[in-house]
Amino acid sequence: MTKPPLLLDRRCVLVTLAGTAMFASVGPARAETADMEAAIKAFTKGAPVTRGKVKIDISPLVENGNSASIGVFVDHPQTAQAFVRKIALFNEKNPQPEVAVFHLNPRSGTSRVDTRIRLATTQQLAAVAELSDGTYWSDSQEVIITIAACLEE
Amino acid sequence: MMPAYGVVAAGLLASMAMVSPAGAQGIAPADRKSGFETMGPDTQAMQRDDASNPAMLVVREGEALWAEPPGSGRPSCAGCHQDAPVTMKDVAARYPVLDHASGTPIDLAGRIQQCRTERQGAPAWARESRPLLALTTYVGQQSRGTTLEPFADAGLASFREQGKQLFSQRLGQLNLSCAMCHDDNWGRKLGGSIIPQGHANGYPLFRLEWQAVGSVQRRIRNCLTGVRAEPFAYGDPALVNLELYLKDRAAGLKVETPAVRP
Amino acid sequence: MAKALLKVPKTARKGEIITLSALFSHPMETGHRRDAEGQAVPRDIIALFTCQYDGMEIFRAELHPAISAYPMMQFTTVATVSGPITFTWTDEVGKSWKETTDITVAG
Repeated sequence: MTKPPLLLDRRCVLVTLAGTAMFASVGPARAETADMEAAIKAFTKGAPVTRGKVKIDISPLVENGNSASIGVFVDHPQTAQAFVRKIALFNEKNPQPEVAVFHLNPRSGTSRVDTRIRLATTQQLAAVAELSDGTYWSDSQEVIITIAACLEE
Repeated sequence: MMPAYGVVAAGLLASMAMVSPAGAQGIAPADRKSGFETMGPDTQAMQRDDASNPAMLVVREGEALWAEPPGSGRPSCAGCHQDAPVTMKDVAARYPVLDHASGTPIDLAGRIQQCRTERQGAPAWARESRPLLALTTYVGQQSRGTTLEPFADAGLASFREQGKQLFSQRLGQLNLSCAMCHDDNWGRKLGGSIIPQGHANGYPLFRLEWQAVGSVQRRIRNCLTGVRAEPFAYGDPALVNLELYLKDRAAGLKVETPAVRP
Repeated sequence: MAKALLKVPKTARKGEIITLSALFSHPMETGHRRDAEGQAVPRDIIALFTCQYDGMEIFRAELHPAISAYPMMQFTTVATVSGPITFTWTDEVGKSWKETTDITVAG
């Protein structure tokens, strides 16, 4: 069954996008990014972080920010000689930047962890991995929350 | 979020005034789609795998309550009805049914409540309380996979008709009926979400928005608040009539209790 | 009453990488919400999740309010010996819950 598109839809989407863009450009967003960076720095104790090896696996469009399925893994061996020791997840605007820290070991077999997280709004996520050699690697990912029209009030 | 919502709702209202035929026409059986089909793959995955569906924890609670004596010296649910997977199979799919004592329809939660107060001699649970939801979800799960049938009981016909009338009645400050979204505009978008057909084939269900399991009455009350109408109280006969119409309108779909929805 | 849903294979071969998942019945209240009567809902968070198997902690997660209600964790481990696998959830005031399941490892 097909129906002609509802013209108002496009206008609604434009209103939503305009709102998002405005929100992203105002001052507090930068402060929130700084909060996330500070939390990452606390995790790495100031050590340098290189982008790479880590992969955040999350749908770019999340239906409801109360529960977003997310996976994270590191392209690195998981053996007694070389392994991923920790993976930390951070967000920009929840408002607290910390999400979780996962502790792994050579018996983990892989460095893949899956969970479900809350996202207060459209924002950046970051994952930082600490390897057994003391180096830190990261990935970041933009996630858009498609707010349901009929929320519980 | 609120101003955007207002704009979206007002826009929908304006456009619907032009596209809506009057009254509930229903959805042809061949076009009926469970809300499962239009939700995202991650939410579908939560429902497909019992180990990742939080509602299964509520089912477990219901299973424990089924066997637990009510404390009044009378038998537990299991004391009379034995093994729920056998005795309660397909039962929830047939609810609401006509309660012969009162001559009015009774929903599954109402029947469990009636059993508890009249036969078990135990104090009533509040509607939407955890134990009542848990037992309703557990009994509901025994109909999972059962195809919903139209209601054949002639004694229910006038109540189903009242439910149907309510479904197509404009309500609230937004002056919208259920039918204007769920019959006439399903599949289109409202804000970022697809408007579902609004079938009652998975309740009680885990809704991500609630972060909890809730009943079809909770969902209808949300919708009423959404159109800025005063919601009916839990247990109001109007909500039972509406559920009766919704189940009839969903005939042909399979029960998914306990479903997951965004 | 069961507080958790566990997904653990009943059997595995020695050395096989197995996936474990655990879903816990908990609201993960942030402390920022209000109930229907307008009262603030107090903060109530599972802060730590651990998994013990074959004499060691094979997984640990420090959790914050950004983890969803009914916290779910899925991770992997190498099957080593037959025996119990124990999952523990601990909240911010130190209350903890344990669930155990057994695995049989062949070879």
